[in-house]
Amino acid sequence: MAAPPRHPTFLARRSYRRRRLVDLGRLLPFAGLFLCGLPMLWAPPEDHARDLAATGLYLFGVWGGLIAVAAFLARTVGAGLDEDGEGPGR
Amino acid sequence: MVPFDVLVLVCLAYVAFLFAVAFLVERRARARPLGWLRSPVIYTLSLSIYCTAWTFYGAVGYAVRSGLEFLTIYLGPTLVFVGWWLLLRKLVRVGKAQRVTSIADLISSRFGKSSGLGALVTLLCVVAATPYIALQLQSMSLSFAVFAADSSEGWALPDRNATGLWVAGGLALFTILFGTRNLDANEQHHGVVTAIAVEAVVKLVALLTVGVFVVWVVADGPADVFARIRASEIAAWEIQPGRWAGLTFAAAAAIFCLPRMFQVLVVENADERHLVTASWAFPLYLFLMSLFVVPIAVVGLELLPAGLNPDLYVLTLPLSLGREDLAMLAFLGGFSSATSMVIIEAIALATMVSNHIVMPLWLRAARVTGDVRGLVLNARRLSILAVLGLGYAYYRIAGGGAALAAMGLIAFVGVAQVLPALIGGLYWRGATRLGALAGVSAGFAVWLYTLFLPSFGVGVVLPEAVFAEGPLGVGWLRPRSLFGAEGMDPLLHALFWSLALNAGVFCLVSALSFPPPVERVQAAQFVDVFDLSRRTRGWARGGAEAEELLVMAQRILGPGSAQEFFRAEADRQGKEGFLPDTTPEFIDRLERRLAGSVGAATAHAMIGQIIGGAAVSVEDLMAVANETAQIMEYSSQLQEKSEELSRTARALAEANEKLTQISIQKDAFLSQISHELRTPMTSIRAFSEILMEPDGLPDELRTRYARIIHDEAIRLTRLLDDLLDLSVLEHGAVQLQESAATLRELIDRAILASNSIAPEREFAIERDPPAEAVTVMTDTGRLTQVLINLVSNARKYCDAAHPRLRIAVRAQGEAVEVDVVDNGSGIPRESQALIFEKFARLTDTTRAGGAGLGLAICREIMGKLGGTIIYVPGQGGAAFRLRFPRQLPRQVAGVA
Repeated sequence: MAAPPRHPTFLARRSYRRRRLVDLGRLLPFAGLFLCGLPMLWAPPEDHARDLAATGLYLFGVWGGLIAVAAFLARTVGAGLDEDGEGPGR
Repeated sequence: MVPFDVLVLVCLAYVAFLFAVAFLVERRARARPLGWLRSPVIYTLSLSIYCTAWTFYGAVGYAVRSGLEFLTIYLGPTLVFVGWWLLLRKLVRVGKAQRVTSIADLISSRFGKSSGLGALVTLLCVVAATPYIALQLQSMSLSFAVFAADSSEGWALPDRNATGLWVAGGLALFTILFGTRNLDANEQHHGVVTAIAVEAVVKLVALLTVGVFVVWVVADGPADVFARIRASEIAAWEIQPGRWAGLTFAAAAAIFCLPRMFQVLVVENADERHLVTASWAFPLYLFLMSLFVVPIAVVGLELLPAGLNPDLYVLTLPLSLGREDLAMLAFLGGFSSATSMVIIEAIALATMVSNHIVMPLWLRAARVTGDVRGLVLNARRLSILAVLGLGYAYYRIAGGGAALAAMGLIAFVGVAQVLPALIGGLYWRGATRLGALAGVSAGFAVWLYTLFLPSFGVGVVLPEAVFAEGPLGVGWLRPRSLFGAEGMDPLLHALFWSLALNAGVFCLVSALSFPPPVERVQAAQFVDVFDLSRRTRGWARGGAEAEELLVMAQRILGPGSAQEFFRAEADRQGKEGFLPDTTPEFIDRLERRLAGSVGAATAHAMIGQIIGGAAVSVEDLMAVANETAQIMEYSSQLQEKSEELSRTARALAEANEKLTQISIQKDAFLSQISHELRTPMTSIRAFSEILMEPDGLPDELRTRYARIIHDEAIRLTRLLDDLLDLSVLEHGAVQLQESAATLRELIDRAILASNSIAPEREFAIERDPPAEAVTVMTDTGRLTQVLINLVSNARKYCDAAHPRLRIAVRAQGEAVEVDVVDNGSGIPRESQALIFEKFARLTDTTRAGGAGLGLAICREIMGKLGGTIIYVPGQGGAAFRLRFPRQLPRQVAGVA
């Protein structure tokens, strides 16, 4: 007799949304890594030194954005940590 | 200027305040649950020990020297925390499931509870922490010196070594007092963690206050600050992609590899959900701590005299502007940063040293005797002293001139050597102990050679010639350009080579080695922590005496909690008293409980000493497998039983059906037999009455009536004979007369005897004389009776127009089969089960000569002869098959 699958193939809309938000959470550090690495690609201007203030503003902006998204995810997904968050693929 | 004495007094008062906080929380924790004190806020604040004096003072100096590069130290951890789903969640879950006490314990536990690996990681952590602790001592000495400096001498620094010693001693005292008060089962220190959280608030408030003061009081708001930044020398900084990426990576690794970070992140974690809050709150804390670093650096560069240590701008800037209150706050912030870091680091390292170095050595030397708790606590106190002593030594030898940031980064690269084993252990089941040992050793060695030893300065530990020409003149082994990697930044060079070799050796050796059972069990436990709801047990043989285990547990956990634990376990098993059965489950739980105090490897070794079996053997695993197989077999047996039950139930239902029908038949038969008896009796009575009449009947009639009476009497007699016969047969009191005869004779006799039945019908009888030449040795009389009955029945009931009877004989080994088949309509299916019953008679009575006992008698006879009679359906008519042994069986004859 075939055992029933451990995880259902189709989820209710709410659970589906949760799973996708968790996926976003998993992607967040990679997005952050990409954005934080961008200044490495900005060639310093020939004539004068690079604009450190602008780079700083950019980095703090990225930082703040990461914190905001993480806080949003924590509020929406983190609340029900043990409900069905332990899906496949950890 | 604040007098130095006042400064010392303020420090002491602050420490006393922290002491009070820790003490009150500890006392409350014993009295009742901690409530908000174990909240996500406290957890997040305790994580802030990541921001040490290096952050508080050093970040500004770092910004002055290397522009925005200081941000990498905070961006790395931010990435790890916002991506907590990937790593931290698993780390914390594993840490809680395995009751891990330190990062060395985690690695040791993952790789088969190996004490060697635990010791190696401990050694690595202690060595790597040394420059970091030195950094804290240096920053505190520097900050003291700022205040102590005589104003006439400007910002010149007095003897800092003495200050460093005092600070180290004070911190050791505080740590010993609070970190080693008791041997906690979970290795959690509520009081200290709360004090750390208070310090976290102090340092954040201090740095933000100085920042706000600089931006809005000294400068004219953000716009002015931006203008000053563009004009300052910092703006000339150019991003170095290698360092940018490398430092981000090293900081990301450090956030969970540093012993103190692991302590607060995993060991002191009270609830996994706290991590959810920390995932954004801790990056926010880092964000706020970094926000004003560049403004302070720029304004400091502008206003303060050149040549002043930029590491101390946070302190010297308010001082130079006459804001001593602000400077005092900044000083307390820096003091908080340094003390909190040193305290937790010392506790974490002391736990590791006592669990992974002292205890294994001591266990090797002696069996479990005496109170282990005292020994463990003393080992930890000594370890704390040793760790701080090493830090102080490093500070004296190497720290004097080095910038704070450089010292911190050395430690970062050092602890990052744990990373391959840690990540591999959590995500790769194939990672083995040998692989981890080889990888960590290789990384450790490269780090020592390329970064740690050179950090003391050229010619201090490694001779100058080694730097210039390589050891023994081997140029490609020069510590600053290993394998010919010229021109790399030294830090990046060390990070690159140590981790590349570490990870490479780790993967290679892991793939080539074969782990023992314990390790494989642990590997599954770690990698599949979210899938395994139940822990596979480690101890398969319960050979230990519960009493011995209790004695040992009391030495480690203390009598109270050990007895409580044992009683709860006994209760769980449904036993009275303190001594539960030493089941594998119990021993497993006990081991984990002990591991919470002395580490997995030591707990395993101690239980192993008592139990005798050192670890899980292949046999034990086989036993587990057997158990599973037994369960599966049992379930299939259950299934079989249930099928059998349903078969029985079906048989019962059939039997019940039969009984019901028999009962109906019996009622019918009783009325029938009354009728059968009554009919001849009536006619006998009637005719005898006629005969009794006096007027003479003609002789002819008289004779006729007398014959009728005689015939009826015979019919009655036959009926009663049948009943008697059946009764005798059924009760086993029948005497069998054994004699030899061929079946042909018997069948001849039967056909002859039944000719009188319905003699008017012409019957065709098919026989096979050669087959009938079978000699049987049985009760031939009774067998003939059966044959007569069958042939008579056929004559009576066969309803075909041209009745035909076929008698077939087959010899089958020792048995003989005789089929008697007619060509009538046979017996309806629903009645086939009933025909051999006593009272059965299917058709109406008019055609039947008997009372429906014939077949019942046949069945009884055949049973006595050791054979059977069955009805064979589907033969084109009524078909009966006799089957009986040629030789009457002994036991049957005996019974008879």
